[in-house]
Amino acid sequence: MIRSFGANEFWFIVLAAQWTVALSAVAFTGGALGGLAIALARISQTALLRYPAIGYVRLFQGTPLLMQLFLVFFGFNIFNVSMSPWGAAAIALTLHASAFLGEIWRGCIQAVPGGQFEASWALGLKYYDRMRYVVLPQAAKIAVAPTVGFLVQLIKGTSLASIIGFVELTRAGQIVNNATFAPFTVFGLVAALYFILCWPLSLLARNLEQRFSVATRR
Amino acid sequence: MPDAASQVTIQETDPGMPAIRMENVDKWFGHFQALKNIDLEVDRGDKIVVCGPSGSGKSTLIRCINQLETVQRGRIFVDGIELTAGPKNVEKIRREVGMVFQQFNLFPHMTVLQNCMLAPMKVRGVKRAEAEETARRYLARVKIPEQAEKYPAQLSGGQQQRVAIARALCMNPKVMLFDEPTSALDPEMVQEVLDTMIDLAQEGMTMVVVTHEMGFARKVADRVVFMDKGEIVETGDPETFFSNPRHQRTRTFLGQIGGTQ
Repeated sequence: MIRSFGANEFWFIVLAAQWTVALSAVAFTGGALGGLAIALARISQTALLRYPAIGYVRLFQGTPLLMQLFLVFFGFNIFNVSMSPWGAAAIALTLHASAFLGEIWRGCIQAVPGGQFEASWALGLKYYDRMRYVVLPQAAKIAVAPTVGFLVQLIKGTSLASIIGFVELTRAGQIVNNATFAPFTVFGLVAALYFILCWPLSLLARNLEQRFSVATRR
Repeated sequence: MPDAASQVTIQETDPGMPAIRMENVDKWFGHFQALKNIDLEVDRGDKIVVCGPSGSGKSTLIRCINQLETVQRGRIFVDGIELTAGPKNVEKIRREVGMVFQQFNLFPHMTVLQNCMLAPMKVRGVKRAEAEETARRYLARVKIPEQAEKYPAQLSGGQQQRVAIARALCMNPKVMLFDEPTSALDPEMVQEVLDTMIDLAQEGMTMVVVTHEMGFARKVADRVVFMDKGEIVETGDPETFFSNPRHQRTRTFLGQIGGTQ
């Protein structure tokens, strides 16, 4: 029999948003660490670091996120390692975010004027100090806006994890819809919740972008 | 006194070796040969001015001295250590060679004081209090002690360049390289930077200066090196160089920049 869409259904969907947030947070944190490594490898003088990083970025930028999720989820099971949908989603999205953040941040590092690198070489600063104190702080300023922009993409991207059975916002919507057959209400609510998560971030990204362009105009 | 201290260091290490020696140095950018068979020796305390038309290789020449550019042939020694022998030596030498750039290249996200303290603390392992004291002392010496807490963008070009000089001096270098230090400045700010450099020269610093400021060359240089098309065409003391240049190319150049009068 068909259930009606009531308070229980409403809260089931709203509370599932926490898993969307959790998955986004994990993927973003992992992606930030991976992305920094990828970005640094991409601009390395050492070909042995640079080429694998380029290959990694091309691979993940050139395939759909859904395939990446499938490959991680089913890949582990092929090797008889049981992998929960949560684990598979977290790993796949982390790998995905690493590639994209790595490429965004590479661009930001390369946007730091060459004279800054030269000045830090000329002072005798070693790689770590050069990056930590001179280059990355300047690159970070440039990176904030596009990074927040990518975070919005990532949050929306977590909806694909529903397909491997991870119960986040979209999957919760599907479950409720299967019981209530009220797709417009259900997915309207789901979309609204994504919007509530993403819209403030979009505003923030735009605001930061404007502040950055003002700061660099002088 | 800081000046005495830096003098002592200059005297203490390898007094027999010249501060800089370049032997048969060739450099190519792809198919373009930027330096051709360069031989140059700079003694301790010498002030060398390198001049020449744009694209003559003068900037490339001094950038080779701290290996911002690598060379394809020849040997470069700084303070008796061969730079062209491997990356370990390069790191060692960069600490001892201060460089001042045309575009200042101050770190924009740090205050003037932080700009001056970073390398001594991270490269030399100097304690914060000591690094700050040294930085303030050199900022006073380039006559901008009151700007220490400001950010580079809040300063004029001339002030920024003097900070850049102070930042290099904080490392207590044995040699100072200047790559067209006044070319990016508004005309009214050129003199304040040149005055700072003249002070430095009079204190006995070894200096290699790429510049078109021929007044500075006359006043300060022990030798003027004229380059054209990647070669050293002529070297001489400023008196002879300006009044009686041997080569036609030199005469043409001096005529163009108004250096002979």
